[in-house]
Amino acid sequence: MPDVIEKVAIKLTVNGKAHSLEVEPRMLLVELIREALDLTGTHVGCDTTYCGACTVLMNGAAVKSCTVFAVQADGAELITVEGLERDGQLHPIQKAFGDAHGLQCGYCTPGLMLATAQLLSQNKQPSEKEIRKAIAGNTCRCTGYQNILKAIQMAAQSIKGA
Amino acid sequence: MYPRAFHYHRAGSLREAASMLSEFGDAKLLAGGQSLIPLMKLRYANPSHLVDLNFIEGTSYIKEESGVLRFGALTRHAEIEASTVAGKIPIIHDCAAGIADVQVRNRGTIGGSLAEADPSGDWATVLITLQTEVRCQKSQGDRRVQLTDFIKDAYTTALAQDELVSEVVVKVPPKGSAGAYLAFKRSAPVYPTASAAVQLTMDGETCKDAAIALGCVGLTAIKAKDAEAALRGQRVTEKTIAAAVEAARAVADPQSDMRGSVDYKRMLAGSLVKRAIDIADRRARGEQVEAGHIYA
Ligand SMILES: Cc1cc2nc3c(=O)[nH]c(=O)nc-3n(C[C@H](O)[C@H](O)[C@H](O)COP(=O)(O)OP(=O)(O)OC[C@H]3O[C@@H](n4cnc5c(N)ncnc54)[C@H](O)[C@@H]3O)c2cc1C
Ligand code: FES
Ligand code: FES
Repeated sequence: MPDVIEKVAIKLTVNGKAHSLEVEPRMLLVELIREALDLTGTHVGCDTTYCGACTVLMNGAAVKSCTVFAVQADGAELITVEGLERDGQLHPIQKAFGDAHGLQCGYCTPGLMLATAQLLSQNKQPSEKEIRKAIAGNTCRCTGYQNILKAIQMAAQSIKGA
Repeated sequence: MYPRAFHYHRAGSLREAASMLSEFGDAKLLAGGQSLIPLMKLRYANPSHLVDLNFIEGTSYIKEESGVLRFGALTRHAEIEASTVAGKIPIIHDCAAGIADVQVRNRGTIGGSLAEADPSGDWATVLITLQTEVRCQKSQGDRRVQLTDFIKDAYTTALAQDELVSEVVVKVPPKGSAGAYLAFKRSAPVYPTASAAVQLTMDGETCKDAAIALGCVGLTAIKAKDAEAALRGQRVTEKTIAAAVEAARAVADPQSDMRGSVDYKRMLAGSLVKRAIDIADRRARGEQVEAGHIYA
């Protein structure tokens, strides 16, 4: 084991806010988000790249933040679930998950909403098949997914209509 | 879960990354991290030094030139999935679009996948049905290795300790040639139980050439040579397909695990070959057929 591990200085933007920090190389991105920045909306479910509860957007792309080192986010723009709302108004995706009962315990929900955000940024009118593919990396143990599908369809409609 | 502590280095070029490997000795490269980071978190991999390739400019690209497609080592699965250039070879699109889930595809790279040589990895299975060369780089000079020589064993490649993958070069199949890749899995974020890659080159009704590979049913992807021979020079009929399937099952060498028993996987591999032949044949005739990963 190396004796002295140098910390690494990184700069990144999280939900529009710039941060400069020094991190240990082995710090995971999800730890940076939850512990260093105290944004606890990003969850840890499996910690093994399976469940998607830790999903955030990194430069617009959905990633599992339990499987990215914090140092790799140097220079990146991150969006976490806290960054979805605007001026105290819920994002259409958040609103749709509520209105369509797309959640029960809510543990999976932040990750699912960010996977949805990537999908809808690339595809304004996804088919059911495309939605299923886009959220295949997100596990929900409560809902049985039907209302999540409805919520995503509802969100697509409301974003398109806006 | 925290990995063991390590020193972090950011390479400015692939050449520099290779020289860091020889300088540090106990070092690993970090590409998409979708195999390495989970292994480090479980402390199966405990490198003292990590050399990050992600900040090197110009390592992620898909180019078509003089009859080949060139993939930069750091090209993500998602970029290949979205690429119209790569989409010209349908079997490549089948593969890229089916690996794991959106999040893993956004990070994982083609170079990292081949270097990892996971027996259940999709890329090697698909790319050995095409003529594929791996460009390998050391701090001094580089070389090209045929993919079939590059993959030596489970998790073992021809790379020297101070050598890395810089580019993957795939020959564009001739006119009248098309393929299909089918992988059967329980859910998206897991490796397949078995998979089959089939590339057929048709001359009218006759199969001029066939390349068939099986994935996840051996220590490496398996080229099913007898299955290929059963189709080569023949019409693609129920009878020749059955012979190819039989030969594919015979060459499968699976291990029993939580994904299925030996017999189950052998049967499954054969059935995937059957379906993949059908799709490849129809695609070779110009039909648009969707294919890819199949969920249980
Ligand atoms: C939940 C989950 C499901 C998955 N399912 C599948 C699946 O269905 N099919 C599939 O094929 N894969 C699957 N994967 C693996 C995924 O495709 C990985 O991205 C891939 O195997 C490794 O690529 P990487 O870029 O992430 O490499 P890394 O994890 O960064 O590296 C892997 C290894 O290769 C070395 N390496 C990386 N780049 C190079 C290079 N250029 N030259 C030399 N060595 C290099 C590293 O040092 C390391 O030892 C899955 C992964 C996860 C987490
Ligand atoms: S906590 Fe990251 S995928 Fe489950
Ligand atoms: S709402 Fe409970 S896990 Fe999805």
